[in-house]
Amino acid sequence: MKQEELERVTMTEAQKKARRNRSIALGLALAVFVVIFYVATLVKFGPAILNRPL
Amino acid sequence: MALVDKHFEDSAGVGISEATAADFVALLKPRVMSLVVFTAFVGMVVAPVAVNPFLMVVAIGAIAIGAGASGALNMWYDADIDALMARTASRPIPAGRLAANDALAFGVVLSVLAVMTLGLLLNWLAAAMLAFTIFFYAVIYTIWLKRWTPQNIVIGGAAGAFPPMIGWTAATGSIGLESIVLFLIIFLWTPPHFWALALFKQGDYGRAGVPMLPNVAGEAATRRQIFVYSLLLAVSGILPTVLGYNSLWYGIAAALLGIGFIGYAWQVLRMPDGDAGMKPAKALFGYSLLYLFAIFALILLDKLVLRMAGGLLA
Repeated sequence: MKQEELERVTMTEAQKKARRNRSIALGLALAVFVVIFYVATLVKFGPAILNRPL
Repeated sequence: MALVDKHFEDSAGVGISEATAADFVALLKPRVMSLVVFTAFVGMVVAPVAVNPFLMVVAIGAIAIGAGASGALNMWYDADIDALMARTASRPIPAGRLAANDALAFGVVLSVLAVMTLGLLLNWLAAAMLAFTIFFYAVIYTIWLKRWTPQNIVIGGAAGAFPPMIGWTAATGSIGLESIVLFLIIFLWTPPHFWALALFKQGDYGRAGVPMLPNVAGEAATRRQIFVYSLLLAVSGILPTVLGYNSLWYGIAAALLGIGFIGYAWQVLRMPDGDAGMKPAKALFGYSLLYLFAIFALILLDKLVLRMAGGLLA
């Protein structure tokens, strides 16, 4: 237990802030990427792609 | 000798990164990207095949991200010399805000995503051209030519000239003479543009040991080569009219812009050796940016007007 505590990394406020900033940017970029492929699929194949037997 | 035989010390250390999203965006060279977006857009619009507007935005985005990714790979490899030049010392890696390996990973991942997106949503010929452009800029230019030959930017300029061609291919699925003309204009524009910069930034390049033409062949030889390329550029500017892709009005405007370019290059040619102010070189550098933007904007406008006229007559 004591060993584990020794190996833990404590981040500074600046590091935490930078990580949060990067996480938000990465999340937004992924969301944009998903939307692009969703809309592009509709554009390329037409709305009929949603109308199929499940 | 391995192509990659050096390693820029991670000034950000092995600790936890303090890099922000803005530092990663800076790796993409946003100003270069804006030129890529514009020229790729022109390439897509002048192509004889209409593309769905959404797919056009995606294609231009993919081309821009691909170009940006090659910029990130360039900053990864060149971090050591960037640190020595005033113009580039504040870039994220030499400034110590971002670890070099993070830039490498960022560049590789974005390159793959951009190429795959263009291939899946437009066509694979355009995707292959984008992949080749990234390889050309990151490996052929950055790793091989830049530190080896004073003709570095002549050959490397091809990387910057590809975007309108890729845009044209993304729309048509093929390579046409019209797109090659767009390529040629940027290809011939690159040497006078960068050599004008190299003339008044000689000290920077000299410190970094980059063999730019003024440092290796001297100012006089650089001024002569700038003038020769300016003549070729002015001729290439009117090719769209000569080959029948654009109207006579475009040809006249392009000829006037070309004469302006030659005029600025003539002032550079007459500049004495060791000119402290380098005013003619700075003026040519500024005019070259305006010239490229104006030529592509005119090609675009002229094409749209021709199509509208064609639509009215039909």
